[in-house]
Amino acid sequence: MKNHDIVIIGGGPAGMAAAAAAFDRGVRDVVIIDREEHPGGVLKQCIHNGFGLHKLGRELTGPEYADVYVRMIRERGIKVYSDTMVTSISEDKTVTATSTGGILKIRAKAVVLAMGCRERSRGALNISGTRPAGVYSAGTAQKLINCDGYMVGKRVVILGSGDIGLIMARRMTLQGAKVEAVCEILPYSGGLTRNIVQCLEDYGIPLYLSTTVAEIHGRERLEGVTVAQVDASRTPIESTKRYIPCDTLLLSCGLIPENELTQAAGIDIDRVTGGAVVDQFRQTSREGVFACGNVLQVHDLVDHVSDEAETAGIAAADYVLGKNTDAPCIETRAGEGVRYVLPQRVRLTGDSVSLYLRVREPQSNVRMVVKNGGRVIKTFPRLKVAPGEMEKLEVPVGLTSGDGDSLTVSVEVQK
Amino acid sequence: MNRTLTCIICPRGCTLQAHIENGTVTVTGNACRRGEEYGISECLHPMRTVTAVIGVVNRDGKALSVKTKDPIPKEHIFDLMAVLRGMTASAPVAIGDVICDNIYGTQVIATGSVE
Amino acid sequence: MVYDILIVGAGVCGGMIARELSKYDLRVCLLEKANDVAAGASKANSGIIHGGYDPEPGTLKQKLNTEGVKLLFEAAEELSVPYLRNGSMVCAFSEYEEEQLRELYSRGISNGVQGLKLLSGDEARALESNLSQSVTLALHVPEAGIICPYKLTIAAVGNAMDNGVTLMRNFEVTSIKHKDGFFGLTSSAGDWVSGKYLINCAGGYSGKIAAMAGDDSIEIIPRAGEYMLLDRSEGKTVSHTIFRAPSKEGKGILVSPTADGNLLLGPTAVRVDTPDSTETTREGLAAVIRSVKESVPTVDLSKVITSFTGVRASHMDGDFIIAQSKLVKNLVNVAAIDSPGLTACAAIARYVTDILDSMGVKLCAKPDWNGKREDTEAFSKLTDEQKDAVIKKDPAYGRIICRCEGITEGEIRHALRKNPPALDMDGVKRRSRSGMGRCQGGFCAPYVMKLIAEEQGIKLEEVTKNGGGSKMLTGRI
Repeated sequence: MKNHDIVIIGGGPAGMAAAAAAFDRGVRDVVIIDREEHPGGVLKQCIHNGFGLHKLGRELTGPEYADVYVRMIRERGIKVYSDTMVTSISEDKTVTATSTGGILKIRAKAVVLAMGCRERSRGALNISGTRPAGVYSAGTAQKLINCDGYMVGKRVVILGSGDIGLIMARRMTLQGAKVEAVCEILPYSGGLTRNIVQCLEDYGIPLYLSTTVAEIHGRERLEGVTVAQVDASRTPIESTKRYIPCDTLLLSCGLIPENELTQAAGIDIDRVTGGAVVDQFRQTSREGVFACGNVLQVHDLVDHVSDEAETAGIAAADYVLGKNTDAPCIETRAGEGVRYVLPQRVRLTGDSVSLYLRVREPQSNVRMVVKNGGRVIKTFPRLKVAPGEMEKLEVPVGLTSGDGDSLTVSVEVQK
Repeated sequence: MNRTLTCIICPRGCTLQAHIENGTVTVTGNACRRGEEYGISECLHPMRTVTAVIGVVNRDGKALSVKTKDPIPKEHIFDLMAVLRGMTASAPVAIGDVICDNIYGTQVIATGSVE
Repeated sequence: MVYDILIVGAGVCGGMIARELSKYDLRVCLLEKANDVAAGASKANSGIIHGGYDPEPGTLKQKLNTEGVKLLFEAAEELSVPYLRNGSMVCAFSEYEEEQLRELYSRGISNGVQGLKLLSGDEARALESNLSQSVTLALHVPEAGIICPYKLTIAAVGNAMDNGVTLMRNFEVTSIKHKDGFFGLTSSAGDWVSGKYLINCAGGYSGKIAAMAGDDSIEIIPRAGEYMLLDRSEGKTVSHTIFRAPSKEGKGILVSPTADGNLLLGPTAVRVDTPDSTETTREGLAAVIRSVKESVPTVDLSKVITSFTGVRASHMDGDFIIAQSKLVKNLVNVAAIDSPGLTACAAIARYVTDILDSMGVKLCAKPDWNGKREDTEAFSKLTDEQKDAVIKKDPAYGRIICRCEGITEGEIRHALRKNPPALDMDGVKRRSRSGMGRCQGGFCAPYVMKLIAEEQGIKLEEVTKNGGGSKMLTGRI
């Protein structure tokens, strides 16, 4: 049994930023447990640029952004247990992990969960048809191409217009493949507009909205897919079915926080975010266990992951140093037009609190309304909102106490 | 001539209106100066940063990620890719190392490291 | 090499027969057209060990089901195949179905099934809290169980190989010559093998194989069943296997835990053109969902990790066809093995051996036969201290490759080495569970591909999903 003040589970952008922040807050005994050979997480395969503008003030590729944080943890002498996977967290914060050196047990004073997320698989999408080779989740294909240097196919259809799907459409095209179509079952894209421009429009790749892959064909390797427009209930419309020959289908249909470890540890999970229930310090329902990054909520930008991880890292350090707060809480709720609000509870301490949320559907000229009970405490006008773009609302904590027992955020159309 | 563009400089993705007259471009709808620069450049000579990976001769099964240090003319993207396809690096490579000098007015540099 | 016995088809019957025959001093060769064993119906069925209340008395199905249960549990023990005696419940939702259940009950009693009991809806719900309020009567079959059908097949073939049986994969029989007392079989790849006796276990293609040998008496009706598999987090939704009252097409759509701890829903029963019609359909999956929502309304469909179709080989008669061919000497057909084929497989193997005995095959027991197979999942069952000791000896057991199922490099390498070695991605998945979890190989596939290439000494581009042209990659960048 080893002892460490703070154990951070995951060596991706969230884990590294949390570790550095905790260290800088004054806790020196911080370690990261990472299941891969090198830290950096998914950034290692995100070779495209567009990272860091917000956080670092310059535009970097994924590996470069990761390198900034790898240097930070190295400079601070933060130990990384690599090739090590955590298999359980006990109630007393003993972390058990499997590594090539044996089974590792660490008693921690605080734990930060930063395990990231996974992609929704074909099975979860229930696409009918055969089960040939050549059906990949976009991120798996991205790893094979960018880290291993192998091509997964020559003629490609992409289902889902999330950012990974858009990025992969361009990546496959640059590498000589023909991307026949990007299909999106929703009437709008889930990706950033800039990615539609620079990944699809630049290369003349068609984006079909309200369209899905209805069937998969081919016995050994994929031979083609049947695509179809969908009706309001997302059912394929028979008359719109058409066959597209292809040898590869990439799926970019959403990301799911990887919380099996969290759940097994008995920590409360929000069914909407798929991540832990936290307060604004990113402390979960288990005292001394914090969560940040895509394991808590799926972010659009790594820059925001780093921000959130710093919050969690600082709070974990404060917990170890005995400076944590046990101020009373008020719950947050997703009101009309809002899918979720994070944090799920706000501790009534400090000056202001940042509420992060996602809307249910794209709208323009709206205002985001924050209510305490029935009382409107603040409104935020927005020219446009979309589910693919996380909203951040700064609310003064002083206004949140009072009559109601919860803070509700809703979207109202401006008159 | 008028063109509507989506700025790709940052995730905000502003919608830009570009008015082009006698080779001069005026941009509106941008939220920052870089948006204006993008709008002008996009109308006159569109440029893109290209990222890719190349093989590493002495490290089988490893790929090295690279990028153009500066954006290159959009019309040369595939020419550059053809050059990169024939190119390999030799380990060790450190992040920032120049892989190819003087190409389309810039350099191709490593964005990752291979020990 | 001339074999004494050729077995066509390495499904659960072919595998169990091969294992049974490996007890004797015989040269046995098992031929399989796919890149792996259990590639057909044996990998895609309900995995149920049926109590035996269903088959009509006097049928082969009834005889071999009843005999088979005990033999199968024994074989599973010897072969270290995961199984569970979880019991089953057949549920009625109407008076008509109640009547059917009473019939099944009395048939079960006369078939000698132990412990049968009719439960009221409330009694049933007391045992299965997630059961629908609409269930009015349930037939409780405590003897029934569940087993992993492909692991059983893999283990049976592996044990047969350990005892001297030859397995030839990618041997798709294209012609059979019967001359001078020998069968000569040619494969699509031009390979050739010869033997004195031919056992036809070709599943959906058993009619075709029999016809190639000169016996055109078997007509197989391929019937597709679609399934959905849920994450292990849902494996405790029910503890019994929950059946609906049976219909002409089959035993209806069930909800059951699997021996590996997942939750299985299905199957439909739709007549299809060929045994290869293993595609899932929108309608089929919708039918599964509809039925399941009636019997166990709390099933969480957001936890589906995969769906698949198995094609059972049925026959007009409804009974198994297990007999010496009337038309071709030294040919034994083992055909139309639909439900309860899995339950009966160990009994079928004995029955076929008896048939061979009656045909004059000399059955001399080998003194060194070993029917035991080590537990391939032993590592996952160890305590942390024991795992630590294993890892200290072989660090590959300390590297987790499949996050969802917690499968290590050591276990994957083991699957690539142990008889019958996995040759492809699906083979690794079925042996080690790597890629079987909620991400369906999203994270582990690139690593598993590298291990396959390394163990087999092939290029990464040559790695396939399930043999043939199912290549995972198209080349270097």
